Amino acid sequence: MNNNIDWKKYLIVFLITVGLFFTASYLSNYFGNKKIDQLKSIQDKIAINILSSETQFALLSESSCKNVSGSVLSGELDELGRKLEWGQENLGATDEVSYLKKYYSLLQIKDYLLMKRISASCKVKSAFILYFYTTAENCSECEKESLVLSSLRDKYPELRVYSFDYSIDLSAVKALLQIYKIKDTELPALILDDELLTSFHGIEELESRVQESFKLQETKPEANNKKNS
Amino acid sequence: MALIPDVIFFVLIFLSVYVQVFFFVTFLENRKKIVVRNGKIKLDHYPAVTIAVPCWNEEKTIYKTVRSLLSLNYPKDKVKIFLIDDGSTDGTWNIIRKFSKYPNIKVFHKENGGKYTALNLGLEHSETNFFGGLDADSFVDSESLIRIMSCFEKDSSVMAVAPSVIVSDSRNFIQSAQKAEYYMGVYTKKMLGFLGAINVTPGPLTIFRKKVFNDLGSYRHGHNTEDMEIAYRMQKNNYKIEHCNDAYVYTTTPTTVQKLYRQRLRWIYGFINNTIDYRSVLFRKKYGNFSTFTLPTGIVSILIVSYLFGRIVYNLVDFLYSKILVLNTVGWHFIAKTSSLDLFFINTRSSIFLVLFAYSLIVFAIIFGRKMAEGKWVLSLNMFYFFLIFRIIAPFWLIKAVYNTLLKRKPSWR
Repeated sequence: MNNNIDWKKYLIVFLITVGLFFTASYLSNYFGNKKIDQLKSIQDKIAINILSSETQFALLSESSCKNVSGSVLSGELDELGRKLEWGQENLGATDEVSYLKKYYSLLQIKDYLLMKRISASCKVKSAFILYFYTTAENCSECEKESLVLSSLRDKYPELRVYSFDYSIDLSAVKALLQIYKIKDTELPALILDDELLTSFHGIEELESRVQESFKLQETKPEANNKKNS
Repeated sequence: MALIPDVIFFVLIFLSVYVQVFFFVTFLENRKKIVVRNGKIKLDHYPAVTIAVPCWNEEKTIYKTVRSLLSLNYPKDKVKIFLIDDGSTDGTWNIIRKFSKYPNIKVFHKENGGKYTALNLGLEHSETNFFGGLDADSFVDSESLIRIMSCFEKDSSVMAVAPSVIVSDSRNFIQSAQKAEYYMGVYTKKMLGFLGAINVTPGPLTIFRKKVFNDLGSYRHGHNTEDMEIAYRMQKNNYKIEHCNDAYVYTTTPTTVQKLYRQRLRWIYGFINNTIDYRSVLFRKKYGNFSTFTLPTGIVSILIVSYLFGRIVYNLVDFLYSKILVLNTVGWHFIAKTSSLDLFFINTRSSIFLVLFAYSLIVFAIIFGRKMAEGKWVLSLNMFYFFLIFRIIAPFWLIKAVYNTLLKRKPSWR
């Protein structure tokens, strides 16, 4: 009769399965780390770009705008943002990812300040939106607002959207929140042309505001020039 | 908290990898014992065998079925064929009636009572030491019977021998999917055979020693799966069932999703209810691997498929919700944009690797099953159909079978 149970085999198969689980989690970690490395290298590249633009801008002391304007690639910043968001959802290493996210927020602020200066003095057509959302609680309006902003960004490459997690523990972001007096009950919040817009705003409304902002810029530099002369 | 579903998912993945590894280790242990005989073989003795063919409305296939029996490579006077019409309402009786002129064929006509009653009628009239059934939609390979009988000759403790059931021909992709599945079935059955843990003695040409029925009684209704019930009964009584991998029986398979659904609903319902009937066997050392591996594996696979189905539905709803959200917020014209492929976004969670591993062992099972049936290594698209179709529809019959069991509703045969 073949009714003997080979317990040793059950145990061996169990050990093999446990081994496979460890291998799988090792592989998962390995690729996760690769991804974090990739994020780090993108971030470093962007940091160098921003730093170099800043330096270049300072060196040329606003006399020539030719070389400066296009040097910071907003596309890369966007890509990094998307990857970080994905990483936060899918990678286990949350400490690393949240550290990278802080760094990313800082880079965004630096890019914002620099681009604002460049666009003001070099007549570059651009518009800026600072966008504050939250991940701490379920914010369906934030989800919708993000969709609106990313489609606007696709439509207008000159529009730069900087998004910040409200709950991030970073003094620079906290300073921004203080400056614009943003409260966590009013999320999502947008800053467009120094104006605070709270709760959800639809695509049509924002689109017209962005176009308005472009128009303002076309007139602003002339006014500035007159003032200078 | 998303923690509890994750723990369940983890445990279920662990169990399914465990089952696949268990099969694979069994394969590695026994691979040298797997022999595929190509030519004709001879036996020392040719014991007489009765093969009963219960038919209910099988006018399309019965002729070919009987013809295949008549061309078996086995002494004609040693094969007694019983054609049993179980109250057919089509032309089946007219067809089988004509075979009564053959000296080794006996035809019977009875009122419809279900397949097990037809088989029991055959049992009553059988005078041989070996008895088997053959579904009227299946065709035997000419070497199948002699190869099965060689297993009895080799080992006197073997009480029943199951053949390899293969899809006879596949005309559409539903049948192609089943073709791959049946190849996997050949592999699985062989491994269960090595473990002494076979849980179905398939209707197509499983041969029993008559002693099985003398000792344990005749066929029972068995929730419309009498071929499963008898195997459970044999396992409970430690009667050895073996699998003869190179004895081929070709069976016709459902051609449509609906027919497949009904067939599988009956099978799974049979599995659940026979397992409930024989629950005293579960996890009892004296019943061998059947109680500690086969039955738990069946239960686990029902749980896994149901759970995965829930997850898929959840993800689908979630996906649709997000698409609707996009649509409502930014309108149609922004959706068409697709993001470019970036390796970064490929998920590398550990469960992905485990699922891939489990799938690769299933692919191995299908390919090796086919190797046992056809003698060659073949990679075919059927596998792809199998994964696609069974992944999508299997949850429906599984869940319906559980539902029917809870409400005590019996599924019909066809």
